[in-house]
Amino acid sequence: MSRVVLDVSGLGVALPHGSDRAHAVRDISFSVNAGEIVCLLGESGSGKSIIAQTVMGLLPAHVRATEGQALLLGEDVLKYTPEQLRAVRGVRMSMIFQEPMTALNPVMACGEQVDEMLTQHTALPAEERRRKILDIFAQVKLPEPERIYASYPHQLSGGQRQRIMIAMALMLEPALLIADEPTTALDVTTQAEILRLIRQLQREHNTGVLFITHDMGVVAEIADRVVVLQLGKLVEQGTKLEVLQSPREAYTRMLLDAVPSLEPPELAHQPEAPAVAPVLLVRDLQKTYVSRNWFGRKREVDAAIGVNLTVERGETVGIVGESGSGKSTVARCIVRLIEPTAGHIEVLGQHMHGRSIASLKPLRKKVQIVFQDPYRSLNPRQTVGAAIIEGPMNFGASRTAAWQRAEALMELVRLAPSALNRYPSEFSGGQRQRICIARTLAMDPELLICDEAVSALDVSVAAQILELLAEIQQRLHLALLFITHDLRVAAQICDRVIVMEKGRIVEQGRTRDVFTHPQQPYTRALLAAAPGREFAFGHKHAALAPA
Amino acid sequence: MAIEASPVSQRPSVLSKVARNWSVRIGVGVLALLVAVAICAPWMGTVDPAVMDGAVMNVLPGHSGEFTLLDGRAVKHEFWMGADSFGRDIWSRVLYGTRISLIVGLFVALVSLTLGGLSGLCAGYLRWLDGILMRVMDGLMAIPGILLAIALVSALGASLTTVVVAIAIPEIPRVTRLVRSLVLSIREEPYVEAAVALGTPTWKIMLRHILPNAIAPLIVQGTFVCASAILVESILSFLGVGLPSEIPTWGNIMAEGRVQFNQYPHNVLYPGIFLAATVLAVNMLGDGLRDTLDPKFNKRGSGK
Repeated sequence: MSRVVLDVSGLGVALPHGSDRAHAVRDISFSVNAGEIVCLLGESGSGKSIIAQTVMGLLPAHVRATEGQALLLGEDVLKYTPEQLRAVRGVRMSMIFQEPMTALNPVMACGEQVDEMLTQHTALPAEERRRKILDIFAQVKLPEPERIYASYPHQLSGGQRQRIMIAMALMLEPALLIADEPTTALDVTTQAEILRLIRQLQREHNTGVLFITHDMGVVAEIADRVVVLQLGKLVEQGTKLEVLQSPREAYTRMLLDAVPSLEPPELAHQPEAPAVAPVLLVRDLQKTYVSRNWFGRKREVDAAIGVNLTVERGETVGIVGESGSGKSTVARCIVRLIEPTAGHIEVLGQHMHGRSIASLKPLRKKVQIVFQDPYRSLNPRQTVGAAIIEGPMNFGASRTAAWQRAEALMELVRLAPSALNRYPSEFSGGQRQRICIARTLAMDPELLICDEAVSALDVSVAAQILELLAEIQQRLHLALLFITHDLRVAAQICDRVIVMEKGRIVEQGRTRDVFTHPQQPYTRALLAAAPGREFAFGHKHAALAPA
Repeated sequence: MAIEASPVSQRPSVLSKVARNWSVRIGVGVLALLVAVAICAPWMGTVDPAVMDGAVMNVLPGHSGEFTLLDGRAVKHEFWMGADSFGRDIWSRVLYGTRISLIVGLFVALVSLTLGGLSGLCAGYLRWLDGILMRVMDGLMAIPGILLAIALVSALGASLTTVVVAIAIPEIPRVTRLVRSLVLSIREEPYVEAAVALGTPTWKIMLRHILPNAIAPLIVQGTFVCASAILVESILSFLGVGLPSEIPTWGNIMAEGRVQFNQYPHNVLYPGIFLAATVLAVNMLGDGLRDTLDPKFNKRGSGK
C-alpha cells in the first residue's frame, strides 16, 4: 500500500560562484510515500523551493544538483535527459505554483490549457478529452464546468484559478504532486477550501504530495509528516504530531513559539480612560471608484462605505478582513494617500478637510503609516539616515537636531546608529521594517497605522517586529491602527478588532469578545477558516487544545 | 523564494559590475581612442583640413609628397588616406571630423535627456500636465525626425548649435515617453507614498525619490540617442543640409567623394569606417550598460 513515490537522499544543490552561500541545500534526505502528504517547512532562504525545482527539473540554468539522488518511483530524475523529464512531468509528477495569477496563460481559454496537456501525453480523441476535462473540473468543484472550460483566466477568481491548476496537475493521475506554497496568495477562507480539496483528491487518487509552506497553521492542517529546513540544511523530520508537539530541535521550537496564538490573551491591557477627544475619529467614510467606459457609461465600485471608527490614545485597534474587504482603502483614506469620496475624519478633535498640502500638514505630522513590503518601502537611492530625517526636516527641524533624534531612534528600534549611513539594500526584510518604523517615529506621531506591516516577514521576524511595536506603544502611548488579514496577529496585539467585508464593517468589539463569541456569520467563517486551529500555537510549546 | 540579501560590501557594486562587462569595456575603449584622436588631431600629422591644394587632387592613400598651405608654404606630407577632388587631405579632414561627430552626439544626448527627462517627470507625476504635454509630444512624433531637422536647419541657418538643436528636438518625445512610463510605475512605490505621508513637498518627491530611481534606464537611452544623433548629423551633412561643406564632417567628406566613388572609393571609405566604428562603440556601451544597470537585475539581492 505505502509504496515510496519519491526518495530523496543526500541531495545537494550548488549555487553559482559569488552567491551568499556555496550550496542552496545540502545533505537533504527524505521520502514521500503514496497517499501521504509531506510538508517541507522553512522560512525564506531555507531552500525549500529549490528542492521542489530540483525534483521537477526546473532549476535555473546556473544552479545544478551536484550530490545525491532523487528517485521518482525508483528512477533517478537527476539523471534524466530533458526529453525524459518532459515525458514524466504531468504523468508521474506534477506541480502547483504559488501564484495562480501568473501560472495560467492569460490569452488561452482554461479548458484549452488543460487540453494541451492531454494532447501532449495521450492519444485520446477530442470528444473523450473534453469529457475528461469537464469531469475533473467537476471533481475540483468548479461551478459550471462548461462555462469554465471556455473562460479566460482573468474571468475567474484566484481560488478558481488555483482549482484549474490542481485539475491540470491531477489530470493524468501522477504518483507525486508537488505543491509550492499553493495557498499563500489566497484568502483564508479560500485557502481552507483549497487545502480541503487537495487533501480529499490526494486520498481518492492515493497521490504522494510534497507540500511546501512557511505556514505552521497550514502544516497543522494538512501534513502527515513534516520536514523542517533551515538555511539549506535539514533540521528535523517526523510525523506531524512529533514535530508540532514534541519538537527535538531548538529551531523548530523557536518557529512554533513564534506563531501567534488565535486565542486573545486573558487580560488585554485596559486602555486609558478616553481623553477629551479620541486620537482618530472616522464618521461615514466612503470611497467610491468611478470608471467610465468609451460611451461614458459609469461603473461605480464602493471600496469602503459607511465606515465609522475611533482609536483612543494608547489603544490598538485592528481591522481584519480578506482581500477586497476595503481595509487598506480605509487606511489610505485616513492618511490621505487617496481622497475619500465622502465622510468626516478628525485627528485629535481637529477636522481634516481640504486637500491642499498646507491644510493637511497637521495630519501629516500626527498620523504615520508603515507599509507591507519592506523591500519597496525605502528609496533604494537614499541612505537610511536621509530617509529618517526627511520628515522632521519637512517640518522645519534642523539637520543636526534631526540626525541626533535619528540616532536615538535607531537605538529604540534596536539597530546600530552606524546604520544611518548605509543604504537599504544592506539590510534584511526585518531590519528594513525597523527602519520604516523609525522613520515614522521621527515625526512623533500620535497615531501609527500599520498596513499589513508584518505580513511579508518570516514568522520569527514578524514576532520580533510585533514585540517591538508593543514596546514602542507602551513607551510612547501611541494609538495603533493595525490592518491585517492574519487573525492570529490580530488576536495577540489588538485591544479591539473591526471586521470588514466588501467595504463595510460587519462586526466590531473587544478582541476577546469577537474571537470567543463572534456575532456575525462572516466573522465565524473567518475564524473557522484560520488554518491549524486545533493546535494551540504560541504557548510555550504547542499542545492539542481542548476541542 | 528570496534568499536573504547579503550585505552590499560582499556583493559586487554596480560600478564594478559595469566595469567587468566586456561590451562596456570595448565601447569605452574605442570611444576613449576617438576622443584622444579628436583632441590630438593637430599633432597627428595633419594639415589645415579646409585648405585645397590643386597639385594633389585625388592622390591615392599612402602617397608621400608636398602640400601647399594657404600662405604658400609647401610642407612635406604623408597622404595616409589620399586627397579629395579639391585637393584636401582626407586624413586631416577625417580626424577633425571626429570632433564634430562626438560633440554633436554628446550635446544632443545631453539636451534631449535633460528636456525629455524633465517633461517626462512632469507628465508622469503631475496628472493635470500629463494630457497637454503628451499630446504635444505626440504631435512632434508625427513629423519624421530628419524632415523636422532639415526644416529647422534651413529655418535657423546652419551652425553647430542649430544642428544640435535640430537633431535633439525629434529625440525629446521618445525620451519623454520613456521617462513618463518609468515615473508612472515609480510613483506607485510605497517609498513615494511614505514620502507623501511625511509631508514632503511635491518637487522634492520628484527630484529626490523619483528621478534617481529612473536614472539608470535614462543613461542607457542616452547612449542610443547619442548613436542616432551621430548618424543623423552625418546624414544631414551628406544631404548637404547640415554644416557647410567646407567644415570637415564625415557626412561632408562622403558627400564630396560620392561623385567619384567608382574611381576613388577612399573618399567615402575612410570616413565611413570611422562613422561605423563610432556608432558601434556607442551602441555596445549602451548594450553593456543596459545589461548591468537594468533595475530588474539589481533591484533586490536575489529571488524570483
